[in-house]
Amino acid sequence: MYDIVIIGAGITGSMLSWKLSRYQLKVAVLEKENDIAEGATMANSAVVHVGYDPEDGTLKAELNVKGAQQYEAICKQLHCTYKTVGAYIAACGAEEEQQLLVLKGRADARDIPYRLLTGDEARAEEPNLSENVTQVLDFYTTAVIYPWEVAIACMESACQNGTDLFLNAPCLNINKHEDCYVIETPKGIFRTKYVVNAAGVHAEEIHNMIAKADWHATPRKGEYYVLDQDAQPIRHIIFPVPSREKGKGVLAIPTVYGNTLIGPNSDFLDDPDDNGTTVEGLAYVRTNISKTLKNIPLNRSIRTFAGIRPTTTCPDFIVEEVAGAPHFIDAVSIESPGLASSPAIADRIISILAESLQLTENPDADMSRRKPVVLADMTPEERNALIAKEPAYGKIICRCEQISEGEILDCIRRPCGAKTVKGIKKRARPGMGRCQGGFCEPKIVHILAAELGISPLDVVYDSEKSNILESENRL
Amino acid sequence: MKRVQAVIIGGGSAGLSAAVTLKKNGITDILVIEKDEEPGGILEQCIHNGFGLQTFKEQLSGPAYAERFLRMAEEQNVKILLNTMVTKLTADRIVEYVNAEEGTVQVQADAVILAVGCYERPRGAINITGTRPAGIYTAGQAQRYLNIDGYLVGKRVFILGSGDIGLIMARRMTLEGAKVVGVAEIMPYSNGLPRNMKQCLEDFNIPLYLSHTVTQVYGKDRLEKIEVVEVDENKNPIPGSEQYFEVDTLLLSCGLIPENHLAEEAGIRLDPATKGPVVDDRYMTSAEGIFACGNGLHVHDLVDFVSIQAAKAAEGAVDYLKNGKPAGVPLRITNGNQVSYCVPSQFYPAAPAEKLTVYFRVRTPMDSGTLVVRSGDRVIRSLKKRKLVPSVMEEALLLRKDMEGLTEDITIEIVEEK
Repeated sequence: MYDIVIIGAGITGSMLSWKLSRYQLKVAVLEKENDIAEGATMANSAVVHVGYDPEDGTLKAELNVKGAQQYEAICKQLHCTYKTVGAYIAACGAEEEQQLLVLKGRADARDIPYRLLTGDEARAEEPNLSENVTQVLDFYTTAVIYPWEVAIACMESACQNGTDLFLNAPCLNINKHEDCYVIETPKGIFRTKYVVNAAGVHAEEIHNMIAKADWHATPRKGEYYVLDQDAQPIRHIIFPVPSREKGKGVLAIPTVYGNTLIGPNSDFLDDPDDNGTTVEGLAYVRTNISKTLKNIPLNRSIRTFAGIRPTTTCPDFIVEEVAGAPHFIDAVSIESPGLASSPAIADRIISILAESLQLTENPDADMSRRKPVVLADMTPEERNALIAKEPAYGKIICRCEQISEGEILDCIRRPCGAKTVKGIKKRARPGMGRCQGGFCEPKIVHILAAELGISPLDVVYDSEKSNILESENRL
Repeated sequence: MKRVQAVIIGGGSAGLSAAVTLKKNGITDILVIEKDEEPGGILEQCIHNGFGLQTFKEQLSGPAYAERFLRMAEEQNVKILLNTMVTKLTADRIVEYVNAEEGTVQVQADAVILAVGCYERPRGAINITGTRPAGIYTAGQAQRYLNIDGYLVGKRVFILGSGDIGLIMARRMTLEGAKVVGVAEIMPYSNGLPRNMKQCLEDFNIPLYLSHTVTQVYGKDRLEKIEVVEVDENKNPIPGSEQYFEVDTLLLSCGLIPENHLAEEAGIRLDPATKGPVVDDRYMTSAEGIFACGNGLHVHDLVDFVSIQAAKAAEGAVDYLKNGKPAGVPLRITNGNQVSYCVPSQFYPAAPAEKLTVYFRVRTPMDSGTLVVRSGDRVIRSLKKRKLVPSVMEEALLLRKDMEGLTEDITIEIVEEK
């Protein structure tokens, strides 16, 4: 019997499992996909919003501010990249400047630091800002992260502390018994005292297994371009002025490793798993980025992707015990700024749990993880000392990002390590560069096969059925 | 810091040819740096034949062609560092590399020859919309899986782009038992060599869809289906022309891009048309003492020309090591009518080379035309040409007397027949 089963290993579920792993509890995380962070956590703007955007009095406003405040320390503790770049909210004309005042008022009330710049002052720092921009609100503490890196790091630390992670374990059914919930999955039957529904775009299905939801999932797709590292048109995150209908609009984001993201659009979807890009969506992104920016080299795109936001008919986050289902807690409707809010969402869930569950600290819990080796961050002397000890760190596999065999082996061998080509890409970044894995993927397939003790024919790109190779050749 | 006379970055066809030429010209202290486990570069996975007609007057496979140069390199005692990646290059020719044996090492080179090759344009740069399943490969990637690793990537295959690697893979996968259901080319003409069109598609009855492209892919785990549309003269999809093919594999053969990251990092000027460095008649880049050749300079259709040009670049490096930079100010060799790029694109009128072959490509296919080489209004050369196509590299020969003392840029153009 588990104390708690968390459904979903996205940022919400992973962050919660990490924070719970400091207590003496038996926790399992059930993830329907083949890796951690496969849904909304994998494909979003990667911004730790500081909290000026949500309207007053909402749970979003409270949890966003509280969550963002914790992020830098969490990233440091878990050895994740966290880069403060600043966010420019760019207003074009008097009407939008009025809206900036609203944001400024919220920032004042929430103690969020900012600077107000004229269009020209902002252009002096950000030369590709459009001439139409008349005023800029600079939230200079805004940071960018690798969202999946944080989720993976949380899960890794949690698993080290005894949390059980089950991949490819979609919930088929949940039954409420007198003293527990019984969850059926292809990986077995799980009995648990508490359930946390952190299932992202599938949260309504999970909720409805136990009680009829009074909200509905209304997933929205957002599409992005990724630009080559050699093209760095901006230094800050550039937002248009947000609107209630269109959300945060089309932004430009300098990512932690120097690529630039341009997007997203925002389209409602019927199928919550439809994460394909569309001609119309990308055209919308191309057209709308020119509202705030010029000279954006979309011809240096190395990739496009789409993410699905787990929006619902409820405009706010829902983090509460489900009425009529004691010990079943929803963490749903976690759309933007869900990433930034995740530490505070976890805290809120823990305080709900604490009302009826004894939380005793585990003195042996280690709330960090072994620091991943990142050659790029080392001095030549450090690098040489490591290569002398472990020669695999001297063998570069990914030429674009200069990732060594040692770094790839490390990310396979860690707790919750990579088992797929995409899993390696998420953890160590080979294939993220301009050739998009053209050269390194075959090498990675062989490294994975050797490490996992399987045939290269059984190596998958991402999901369990996404085989890369068909058969051995004849000739 | 260790000092060497010349560092060659890349041990493929260009690097090996450059190394052999350097040695033959008395430059003995050289280092060839190769990132892979074996020298030979992309030739090692090109097991079809057709290599070497120019250089050796016979048809060789890729590995056999590489073997010839490897033997020459061995005879010349060329030292090749394998499994070694160059991580940095500066304009003053400091080369930093890393490997498992030595760790990170910096050397000061008197001359550097970039022979870094190219990479294939990936899906993201082509903007095919849809999901991201397994089953989409660049043609060269699928070729490596098949010819080096020994695995076929799929059973029902569609190929986007009629570049040579795609055409070769159409044949190769068919011979391996896969069904290649078609090849789409966005241009109204093929981008591959005529002989590959015949031997790889026509001989196997594989349909070629000209003025067509792939717009959408479907499938969650593995590719299931693709959407192919016809395009108009502006390459825009024609509504209503959608066709769907159920395939598990899509190969992309949509162009090769010189690997210019090191050059860019060293501040070397690039040519937006070739995407490789701008070079002068000695194949020297904008950084003194740094030369470029091979597919890292511009993408070739035949390896023979890679070897020939790499030898020229090595001769340029020899000249530089012995005599320094050429005297005077360079003039440009510019693209005239119907010419998309020229390599080299600069020369020194005060000290021209004995003979300079300028390589160029035309923009669109022409049955015939007149190649005209001009300096200002003065016509240096005028030559009838037949069957000009973008996929076949053309040459214009310049002699010392043509270039000596010129005061105006040279323009290469094709005067079209009316």
